[in-house]
Amino acid sequence: MATSPTTTDTSTNGTATSYIDRVREPRWLNSAEAEVGSYAVKAGLAQMLKGGVIMDVVDDTQAKIAEDAGAVAVMALERVPADIRQDGGVARMSDPNMIEAILKAVTIPVMAKSRIGHFVEAQVLQALGVDFCDESEVLTPADHEFHSNKWAFKMPFVCGCTNLGEALRRIGEGASMIRTKGEAGTGDVVEAVTHARAVLGEIRRLQQLPEMELMTAAKNMGAPYDLVLEVARTGKLPVVNFAAGGIATPADAALMMQIGVDGVFVGSGIFKSDNPAQRADAIVQATTHYDNPDIIANVSRDLGEAMVGISSSELSESERLAKRGW
Amino acid sequence: MPLRIGVLALQGDFQEHRAVFESLGAAVTEVRLPHQLEGLDGLVIPGGESTVIVKLAHRYDFPDALRRFTDEGGAVWGTCAGMIVMARELLEPEPEPFSLMDITVSRNWFGRQVDSFETDIPVKGVPGGPVHAVFIRAPSVREQGDGVECIAKLEDGTPVAVRSGKLMATAFHPELTPDTRIHELFLRMSAGDISSV
Repeated sequence: MATSPTTTDTSTNGTATSYIDRVREPRWLNSAEAEVGSYAVKAGLAQMLKGGVIMDVVDDTQAKIAEDAGAVAVMALERVPADIRQDGGVARMSDPNMIEAILKAVTIPVMAKSRIGHFVEAQVLQALGVDFCDESEVLTPADHEFHSNKWAFKMPFVCGCTNLGEALRRIGEGASMIRTKGEAGTGDVVEAVTHARAVLGEIRRLQQLPEMELMTAAKNMGAPYDLVLEVARTGKLPVVNFAAGGIATPADAALMMQIGVDGVFVGSGIFKSDNPAQRADAIVQATTHYDNPDIIANVSRDLGEAMVGISSSELSESERLAKRGW
Repeated sequence: MPLRIGVLALQGDFQEHRAVFESLGAAVTEVRLPHQLEGLDGLVIPGGESTVIVKLAHRYDFPDALRRFTDEGGAVWGTCAGMIVMARELLEPEPEPFSLMDITVSRNWFGRQVDSFETDIPVKGVPGGPVHAVFIRAPSVREQGDGVECIAKLEDGTPVAVRSGKLMATAFHPELTPDTRIHELFLRMSAGDISSV
């Protein structure tokens, strides 16, 4: 698989970082034909996350609370999207010290965000041993035209999308996982619903088209033709698809699962609420038992206040994070 | 009547297993609550995050129900996280495994995700040449009790698949490849064929 020398050498060559000190000698080296960081193992990790909840955390204490509550992975970032909105300014990759503290605190996969197109931030995350990079519109974009070439990494990437064309462009660039963008930091699930329905609806539409119309469909949605053919044939994205942005309650999570995503990201919704541990646990259970309203009712009791939230319709165009990405 | 196979659907890649078993003609049930184990010939504990699967399983008393299921002759196969869940003991403090099989397992034995890999290995009881094995933050068997047979090793001798009667655990993910031979082996085990391999 395509992995460039500059990015494959950085994370396993034993240069002393506290992460590397912790990792055992990679034992695959003894197995002659082993292929490390191939697309199959990158997309495969996303498959292992299915049916799970990925939670935003800003320090190792929150990471441990999230793991204990049943998070399938944590997203390490300095400020949750609700605070990024409030604070303004340029939002960048997190401090490596903070990311390493979280890598040490939990045994579940750790994700971290790079800016759109900022492939050096992504190289740094891979060197730290981060398990998954989110090339994220929540941070301030570093490139107004291009996203990172994700084939060049052995660390898998997740990218946001608002429609099928955007999802297939990201997959074409090497993303191993897709999420809807939603409108992060609002606690308003409507945009996540809109984007998930857009993607799933466009997939259903492609399945109906005769083959002679698929090239024009690919042109119109700005998507790679081979991926359009594959989606038309299989009726699903070639990679795992999670919902993100504005999910704040157990019922929100179950709603997204019933609409047809593979799992959910919860950002500001947990640690901006009254009782994070209990809410996190409830959202995990609702994601597993998404088609069991009795269990969702039970876990939704006495959770205290959800995050206050901003109605996404009150945001001005310039405040909309989902618009970022090309 | 087709074999009835359950896939533990608390978290992980259970749909991938489901699709393979259905293609082989089994009747597949997604198991989210213990009463759904009733009447199954075999159960797969899929890949996923072992901490999450164990936590959700404890919530609804799965550990006891699973031990009853194996005591009553049900077959169980764990892949990756499933191997961790089935272990008698882990070298790590968390999670608390269910002790379905007499093996000691270490989590994330090969390192983090950036060390994940795929390779070809022969598997005892699987005819037709090596199996393409995908290892994702995979565990490894460190000790095995009497009666547990190692059926696959890496070239350096690291044990990555074990069998004991109607129980099987693999550190890798046959459900992520088009090769269905290990799923076929599990169907034979679920049907009662536990001949030594």
